[in-house]
Amino acid sequence: MFKTLAKSIREFKTPSIITPILIIGEVVIECLIPYIIANLINDIKAGCDFSTILTNGGIMALLAVLSLSFGAAAAITASKASAGFARNLRHDLFYKIQTYSFDNIDKFSSSSLVTRMTTDVSYVQMSYMMIIRTAIRSPFMFIFAIIMAYTMGGALSTIFVVAVPILAFGLFFIARKAMPAFTRLFRKYDRLNESIEENVMAMRAVKGFVREEYEKEKFTEASDEIRRDFTRAERIVAFNNPLMQICLQLIMIFVLYFGSKLIVTSSGSYIDVGQLSAMLTYGMQILMSLMMLSMIYVMITMSAESARRIVEVLNEEPTLKNPENPVTEVKDGSIHFENVSFKYSRRAEKYALSDIDLHIRSGETVGIIGGTGSSKSTLVQLISRLYDATEGVIRVGGVDVREYDMNVLRDSVSVVLQKNVLFAGTVKENLRWGNKNATDEELEEACRLAQADAFIKAFPDGYDTHIEQGGTNVSGGQKQRLCIARALLKRPMILILDDSTSAVDTKTDALIRRGLKEFIPETTKIIIAQRVASVEDADKILVMDGGRIVAQGTHEELLKSSPIYFEVYTQQTKGGRENA
Amino acid sequence: MRKNNTPPSGAKPMSKPKMNFSVLGRLVKLLFGFYPVLVPLTGVCILFSAVVSSLPPIFMQNVIAAIERWFESGDWGSAKAEILPYLAVLVVLYALSLASLITYTQLSAYITQGFLSKMRIRMFSSMQNLPIRYFDTHAHGDIMSHYTNDIDTLRMLVSQTLPQLLQSGMIISVVLSIMIYYCGWLTILVLAGVASMILVSKKVGGGSAKYFVRQQKSVGKTEGFIQEMMNGQKVVKVFCHEEESEAAFDEINDALYEDSRRANSFANMLGPIIMNIGNILYVLVALVGGLLLIGNVPNLSLSGKALSISIVIPFLNMTKQFTGNINQLSQQINSVAMAMAGASRIFALMDEKPETDEGYVTLVNATVAEDGTITESDARTGTWAWKHPHGDGTLTYTLLRGDVRLNGVDFAYEEGKQILHDVSVYAEPGQKVAFVGATGAGKTTITNLINRYYDIADGKIRYDGININKIKKADLRRSLGIVLQETNLFSGTVMENIRYGRLDATDEDCIAAAKLSGADDFISRLPDGYNTMLKNNASNLSQGQRQLIAIARAAVADPPVMIMDEATSSIDTRTEAIVQRGMDKLMEGRTVFVIAHRLSTIMNADVIMVLDHGRIIERGNHETLLKEHGTYYQLYTGAFELE
Repeated sequence: MFKTLAKSIREFKTPSIITPILIIGEVVIECLIPYIIANLINDIKAGCDFSTILTNGGIMALLAVLSLSFGAAAAITASKASAGFARNLRHDLFYKIQTYSFDNIDKFSSSSLVTRMTTDVSYVQMSYMMIIRTAIRSPFMFIFAIIMAYTMGGALSTIFVVAVPILAFGLFFIARKAMPAFTRLFRKYDRLNESIEENVMAMRAVKGFVREEYEKEKFTEASDEIRRDFTRAERIVAFNNPLMQICLQLIMIFVLYFGSKLIVTSSGSYIDVGQLSAMLTYGMQILMSLMMLSMIYVMITMSAESARRIVEVLNEEPTLKNPENPVTEVKDGSIHFENVSFKYSRRAEKYALSDIDLHIRSGETVGIIGGTGSSKSTLVQLISRLYDATEGVIRVGGVDVREYDMNVLRDSVSVVLQKNVLFAGTVKENLRWGNKNATDEELEEACRLAQADAFIKAFPDGYDTHIEQGGTNVSGGQKQRLCIARALLKRPMILILDDSTSAVDTKTDALIRRGLKEFIPETTKIIIAQRVASVEDADKILVMDGGRIVAQGTHEELLKSSPIYFEVYTQQTKGGRENA
Repeated sequence: MRKNNTPPSGAKPMSKPKMNFSVLGRLVKLLFGFYPVLVPLTGVCILFSAVVSSLPPIFMQNVIAAIERWFESGDWGSAKAEILPYLAVLVVLYALSLASLITYTQLSAYITQGFLSKMRIRMFSSMQNLPIRYFDTHAHGDIMSHYTNDIDTLRMLVSQTLPQLLQSGMIISVVLSIMIYYCGWLTILVLAGVASMILVSKKVGGGSAKYFVRQQKSVGKTEGFIQEMMNGQKVVKVFCHEEESEAAFDEINDALYEDSRRANSFANMLGPIIMNIGNILYVLVALVGGLLLIGNVPNLSLSGKALSISIVIPFLNMTKQFTGNINQLSQQINSVAMAMAGASRIFALMDEKPETDEGYVTLVNATVAEDGTITESDARTGTWAWKHPHGDGTLTYTLLRGDVRLNGVDFAYEEGKQILHDVSVYAEPGQKVAFVGATGAGKTTITNLINRYYDIADGKIRYDGININKIKKADLRRSLGIVLQETNLFSGTVMENIRYGRLDATDEDCIAAAKLSGADDFISRLPDGYNTMLKNNASNLSQGQRQLIAIARAAVADPPVMIMDEATSSIDTRTEAIVQRGMDKLMEGRTVFVIAHRLSTIMNADVIMVLDHGRIIERGNHETLLKEHGTYYQLYTGAFELE
């Protein structure tokens, strides 16, 4: 896991290495300062002349300035290293996700990818900063302080042999005991918040069914359970503070007693009063560094989960890859499915598509009708190799889709997805996704075909109108027409409309179909629709049910041969469509 | 606690919320109210351990004084006799302070969690009583942040800031007193040093605040971009747009890096700066102390003691303690400000005016005698009646039939923006009433008014002849089933979700309702059937399947009046036909309001209302409306777009 993450450090290796070095410098000085202070105190006690005091004071002030410079420099390099590491991580994640196939995207879901790129990266950034600053600082502080204490206090430092293990063992024990509980609890807490969100979103249902009291009871119970669990875990952690205190007190009493004994019996030759307070400072430094270590342990364990989730994305192999010598030209818009079966995951028991045999000539218009879950969308997504068939072969232009360069194939096969999105930006910018070099005339032409030109021109800013994120400022029907125009700009050989006119009124829908027929007759068109009216004049209509093509033929043929088609048709037209 | 938008750094963004101390007062009052004994006890323990931890310099002074006395002679025995009593007192004090420390840390853990839980529950309970208007006018993300970010600031306040304030405040005053007791000159020096420390940290802190605000903006921008791209990732793939989005991302990502680097640099520098100013102050105290000693300057102190080495040394330690605690205190100010901002947002939610209900007509189980008299019944009879108490103390019972009449209804969500104009609708029991019209024509608004999610401005709505304002909201809503386009299901099993409609429904009732609404077919094909767990608003089901469950949920409630607002919009027409058949069976003899944009859904309605800009412009059934050759006709023939 660390190996994968470490790859993202790259150009920030230098600050990442310099930071600990600077920190070590700072630590050394911090451990020297009590030593100088001890001398200073002894000088004062001995009644030395002012110049001696001034010398030691000067050294001390110099050390303080040095420590300040080291500290400030380390602050800058550490920030650079961690912010840079986070930048590279986000960069690597984003680039990796761009190589993902639909399969990979489905596996993670877009919201989980967002969390991984934002919250999780933040946690790792914080931990990284902690590691290069504090994780180096604490052990060094611990070692230097012990060395200094021993050099200076000699026998007095034996107290650390007692205090350090007590604290170390205690802290370790607390962390080990509380940590797993906390990781579990945070998840529980997240779930509690999710349930609140659920409640807020479903408020109309809550009030409609008069379930306010029921919801309150449910929530009180859940909140109370979390409180109990958290209290239990927090109470373990609450022993950290007293533990630290008891060690400090031990040191204080020990140093005061044995220290004074040593001073008095040796008449200040072994140690002196100055060393007495220095020993206390070292004691503090040693214990604090242990405390910090346990905090780092907790912090790293907590962010390990985030790190794991990031690595998961980075190590995910795209399930679709370009072949070695890809075919770079699609000859025509013919499509052949030969004994194709498909399931979304290898472990899935049920096939989403079974035994599909389908032959579409270049330039044909094919309609697909079928209920929810009949795998209409799945079928067409195989054509531009958004997924690979589990069994069988799909040929476009006579060539197996797996032999094409994926970009070439997808540029020739334009899919207007059912769940489509527009991006923040102007209408023009959105349209140019289809072809970034398209001229304004080409844009308008495509929009006229998609019946979008008129309403775009009616906007105050026309083609420069700003589209909000997710296309929230245009109506559903307008959005669908913009998406069709965007797909048309690719000048594809095969155009697939996956329920792309469901929010468009029937008249406009008909106009779009007529436009497609007249202006791009050589393009193969596949239209998935709920409305029979949208497909009835197609060359061929497929009726799908349960992942199979149960009937195919023209409108008239199907009315006679397919009971499903007949049922759908009559259901949609009952009440006298003839009158209209 | 983990929250979703933690700034990527250890330090908090130093936004400058207004200090509102009445909020703090209310918080403390609540805290005392929840734990009237434990909170003061905790406070006492904190104060006690604070006092004890500020006393060692006194002991040290005495011990050093003893050392000094016996230092020349090297007489440890006499020194020991002098030192031991001090240490004995210190040991006792330490033991006591340890006991109080353990008590207060344990209590604090208990109180913090309890306080948070109680606040959460209060907030949630108040929220349940808020009118729908609140939820329609506040972004869900904002409401959620009360439970995550704002509660988090309270956790900081109660678990750390308040104890820290108490403790540091106490230590500072005790140490300051001791300092004044020993030496006035040095005290002035320390105070001057502390003042400069505060000044510098304010300067650096200000710089860091500026960059943190920038960083927050960058974070927001980056997250927005990532969110948009991840949601549109499939579109990116389909258009082979990977390289362009990578380039756009790099730009935003680099900007975030710059801001984050700067902000963190400033924040990280603050620590070393404060610490080393402390060190330099220490040197100054030593130098000045030494000078005073050498120069034999008369001491200025409360104790009247002459300045000696046994005073200067503990003074040095006190300098450290003093600056350390000032530092602690100054760090808490930010979190106090944040907690107050968080708390005032929480209080704003809790103080929000709850949904009013002045209704007094209630819904009761009833039996109807042969002569038509209605008697109230305790048991579930399947027959319901409105119990209507009158001013003169008499009671009348009206049978629940499902007769809904709107008479000249006007309504506006915001003043001046009238949505409905003089709308009159008569729905007799058993009728299916449909509304058609463009988005914003007011279809959903009408249903919002019938179950009193909102109250009408003018006109009357009567239910079985009773003005709905007189009916208790809970009873009114119980008599109305609603199925909305945005189906929101709850985490739990499919069965539990259906049972939400009627909590005492048996499994058989739920399955029967599912069969009736055409949901049974797909539910029984789920891996765990009715016990399949639904999570994240049932994201593992299709929108159509969610709608089917929502219909089953309404069906199990078995209400006399049903409102279906685009309830079948995501169900394919074949399944819809099945649902329709079930619903027709279910709704026999009951009233249904249907809003649909698919005309096939409403063609068989008894009455169809065509709404335009809040007015009913046409009414009639399918045949009569077609003959009129009006808007409905145009819609039907596809001359009009419904969006």
